[in-house]
Amino acid sequence: MSSGTPSRWTDGSMHRRVRRRYAAERRFRLLGLAAVGVSVLFLAFLLYTMAAKGLGGFMQHEARLPVNFTQSDLFVDPATLRGPDARQALASADLEGVIAKAATAAYGPAAQEMFGDAAIDQLTSAIVDNPDMLNGSTTLWLTVASNVDVAAKGEGDAKAEQLVRTLEGKQALRQRFNTQFLTSSDSTDPTSVGVWGALKGSFLTIVITMVLAFPVGVLAAVYLEEFAPRNRWTDAIEVSINNLAAVPSIIFGLLGLAVFLNVMNLPRSSPLVGGLTLALMTMPVIVIAGRNAIKSVPPSIRDAALGVGASKMQVTFHHVLPLALPGILTGTIIGLARALGETAPLLMIGMRAFIAAPPGGVTDPATVLPVQIFLWSDEVDRAFVEKTSAAIIVLLLFMLLMNGLAIYLRNRFERRW
Amino acid sequence: MLMKEKMPITPVTPVPTPSAAIAADARSAGPSTVDEEVAASAPHPVHAMDGALDLNSGAAEADPVRAPKMSAEGVSVFYGDKQALKDVSINIHDDRVTAFIGPSGCGKSTFLRCLNRMNDTIPSARVSGCIELDGEDITTSAMDVVQLRARVGMVFQKPNPFPKSIFENVAYGPRIHGLATSKPELEKIVEKSLKRAGLWDEVKDRLSESGTALSGGQQQRLCIARAIAVDPEVILMDEPCSALDPIATAKIEELIHELRGRYAIAIVTHNMQQAARVSQRTAFFHLGELVEYGKTSEIFTNPRERRTQDYITGRYG
Repeated sequence: MSSGTPSRWTDGSMHRRVRRRYAAERRFRLLGLAAVGVSVLFLAFLLYTMAAKGLGGFMQHEARLPVNFTQSDLFVDPATLRGPDARQALASADLEGVIAKAATAAYGPAAQEMFGDAAIDQLTSAIVDNPDMLNGSTTLWLTVASNVDVAAKGEGDAKAEQLVRTLEGKQALRQRFNTQFLTSSDSTDPTSVGVWGALKGSFLTIVITMVLAFPVGVLAAVYLEEFAPRNRWTDAIEVSINNLAAVPSIIFGLLGLAVFLNVMNLPRSSPLVGGLTLALMTMPVIVIAGRNAIKSVPPSIRDAALGVGASKMQVTFHHVLPLALPGILTGTIIGLARALGETAPLLMIGMRAFIAAPPGGVTDPATVLPVQIFLWSDEVDRAFVEKTSAAIIVLLLFMLLMNGLAIYLRNRFERRW
Repeated sequence: MLMKEKMPITPVTPVPTPSAAIAADARSAGPSTVDEEVAASAPHPVHAMDGALDLNSGAAEADPVRAPKMSAEGVSVFYGDKQALKDVSINIHDDRVTAFIGPSGCGKSTFLRCLNRMNDTIPSARVSGCIELDGEDITTSAMDVVQLRARVGMVFQKPNPFPKSIFENVAYGPRIHGLATSKPELEKIVEKSLKRAGLWDEVKDRLSESGTALSGGQQQRLCIARAIAVDPEVILMDEPCSALDPIATAKIEELIHELRGRYAIAIVTHNMQQAARVSQRTAFFHLGELVEYGKTSEIFTNPRERRTQDYITGRYG
């Protein structure tokens, strides 16, 4: 109070001021709550749409098919089916015709094309397992073609829905968990696609990224923060690294294309090149997070260690780094999660190719989950819609698993101290 | 920058001579021949008269003339362009506690940090002058700073135990310096250090607990145990009690008494009663200058300088 009169704390104006203060606080709380509510709503919406669309992708319909091999035009010598070339022998046989004939016989002319490539594969396997089957008749459950599957899930065209009703009337249609979705790779036939190839590609790529970016990033952060002299050069490096973290990811893809593929001639579409490219992208993030974590270690700890005669390196590796590690790991998780979800730079280095076999190593052609999602979302066949959503669910679970593991590791390090 | 003069050791007779000559002698003569009060209290020619007088009284008390453990001559410290310490000369002896007092920002902590070259960690700091430990210049690059800090241990203002177990806190120094060859030996060093720091009885059953879980006073004694575990020759304490309550402070002071004689101790303190209680020599710093240095009893009862008197009577600071 400026004047000499004493403050009147019990005044009406004082009470009003206090009331206004509390009202402002309540308003702020409501606003905060609203903001949280909106974010939760968005999250719930995202999860709901993905689950609603994607969960169907993990399920697959199959139909019962009675086959009488004696009436079919299949001429295969059962003797050739005993050897290792059985699949080859069957490949040249007209199994597709057998299936079409049997389906027509059982469910009418509309059913002629109700089975697709997946069903042929299944029939082949069944015959290889039991060649004696060819001498008589049998009943098999085979995966239906994608248009029938979509119709059975309620989104197909009129003709397919008619067929589904016929099948359901004869109790010849059932749904099962689509294990193939988790074990096979990309395919042109939506009933036989899977995410395993992309999952493995993603895993190999992220391992390469981590193995390169983590040590290089941490060492760079430690050196810049603890050892480097403060001068114009280190300032320039600091600015460059900060800028590098903000460079759009597609630029890194172009860099990878120019350097790793064109100059170094590394194998195109391989997890090795993908990992190298993503490592370039992730490293600045790790360096920045690492420097901040190292900076936040209290100087008193450094003084204490220096005071008992620890060398600079002992101070860094015995005290500073262990204390900074949880922070560094958090930064690394964020960087790797971003790399795991990255599509654009990988398109540039050829990881968008159609690859039907899972990679055997880091130099084999591969694709990664986000690119696979991007590719499937471009397909015309409606059955790919739910496959896309299902692949998104797999990607999110993969990320959740990775983050969970990293958080677990981080907490363990924190407990040690 | 003050160059260190290597002059032949000349015996100085304790006879009143023209003041300028005394000042020159006191500054340049070998530390072994001159009582440290003279060397220390003559940073400026202005004080030379006092130095001369003191020389007489010092001789009259028959203080044994011995080589100081550490001697600083003409030490100046610059932080960038700012001079934080101006031409300070002090000797620190084995069997005494030397207290540095003065108002905040007077340079006493800066001087203390020169003694184990902790100022090296501040990029803008520049130290000139000569500081010797057992006659060996520690300011040259030939001196291994890691070894120096093991020989000249330090206790800081804020208790700063490592966020590790109590055992690990004390064992760290001996371990990195290879002072123990086996685990039992290391355990013995830890026990001895904790006992010497008066902490053993309080923590012997929980050596594996975190050092940061102790109370403030215990943490500071843990830091002292950590410092003495590497068997130093000098212990520097930078306001070791400023963050502690009176009871913890009393324990630390008691501990300083017990450690005296085993180690040369230099302590920076804001608490003048503390300086009077624990030290035998006191140096008063003001605005980067060493104003007065002498026996604690004399500084507190009969200061020569007006500024010292004003400070210890609480007129400023």
